[in-house]
Amino acid sequence: MAKFTGKKGKKLAGFSTASMGDIVFILLFFFMVTTTMRESEVKVRTDVPKASEVAKLDRKDLTVYINIGPPIASEQARYGTDTRIQLNDSFKTVDDIRNFIAAFREGLDEKDRPYMTTALKIDKETKMGVVSDVKEELRRCQALKIMYNALKSE
Amino acid sequence: MARKKKEMPDLNGAGMSDISFLLLCFFLMTSSMDQSMGIHRVLPPIPPEDQKVPENQIKGHNVLQVLVDGQDRLSVNARITDLNDLKEAAKEFILNPNNDPSKSSKKEEDIPGVGMYPVSEAVISLQNVRSTSYEAYLRVQNELTKAYNELRDEAAREIFGRKFADLNETQRDAITKIYKQRISESPPKDTRKNRK
Repeated sequence: MAKFTGKKGKKLAGFSTASMGDIVFILLFFFMVTTTMRESEVKVRTDVPKASEVAKLDRKDLTVYINIGPPIASEQARYGTDTRIQLNDSFKTVDDIRNFIAAFREGLDEKDRPYMTTALKIDKETKMGVVSDVKEELRRCQALKIMYNALKSE
Repeated sequence: MARKKKEMPDLNGAGMSDISFLLLCFFLMTSSMDQSMGIHRVLPPIPPEDQKVPENQIKGHNVLQVLVDGQDRLSVNARITDLNDLKEAAKEFILNPNNDPSKSSKKEEDIPGVGMYPVSEAVISLQNVRSTSYEAYLRVQNELTKAYNELRDEAAREIFGRKFADLNETQRDAITKIYKQRISESPPKDTRKNRK
């Protein structure tokens, strides 16, 4: 019967790509929701001062960031408005810097360790007392290369 | 029955642009655009406990005292100074064109690639108190950096006939040797010291 001879010479059907866009968008949303960007969650206000003689940071991967400033508005209910030090994602004290620096240094290649730089992102209204404490602690940790973050003026 | 050779189905290329847009979006979102820029400094290492630090190693006339007080006022050698005058004051102190004995002295040093050159022995001592604001402090640091950068530029023009930024590595090293940034900072008097 004609019904059973239909298979002969039939081409493989090309598959439809119409839904590919949907799949791709689902993937996009998935990654948008799940990726947490490093250094993104800044909990202190770091409104850095302006300076004209700024220089670029040459190796970003050898840089450890320390943020100092008053907690942002949403954190003030819990932490007040006093100047705080933020390492990674949480508020810490000057004494925690030592372990923080040591941990970062451990993660670096042996030959890169002398080039480790500490970038200090400090709010311009911060008092120098805190900054001096941090600098003294960095001296004790042998993390001598520092950079005061600043915006380029002019 | 000999089977007919199957044709490979065409892959639709229309989705390619979607994928590339997706990747573009992803990298746009994850890369942080802010360029970290700032003023670089090297902190002095802590001397070993048993080492006696000779107090008067640097002669008094070689030190320019810069103080930023609790009201963010700037004083140079105990005279209140405007921030705009600091750069010139620092440059004049380091250069000392008239060989004023009250300002920094010079010492002939052998600079590789340049020869004997009078190198200033000036040290800028920058002090602040705990209540100085960071903004004022960084403005002063900026002016001092500017003073050194301009001195280096002038020296580069004089010796090599080019701007400091256009020099090659060895020339740059030579200029940096001549005008080494010597900014000494002692921590404010009341900084916590005896912590282990």
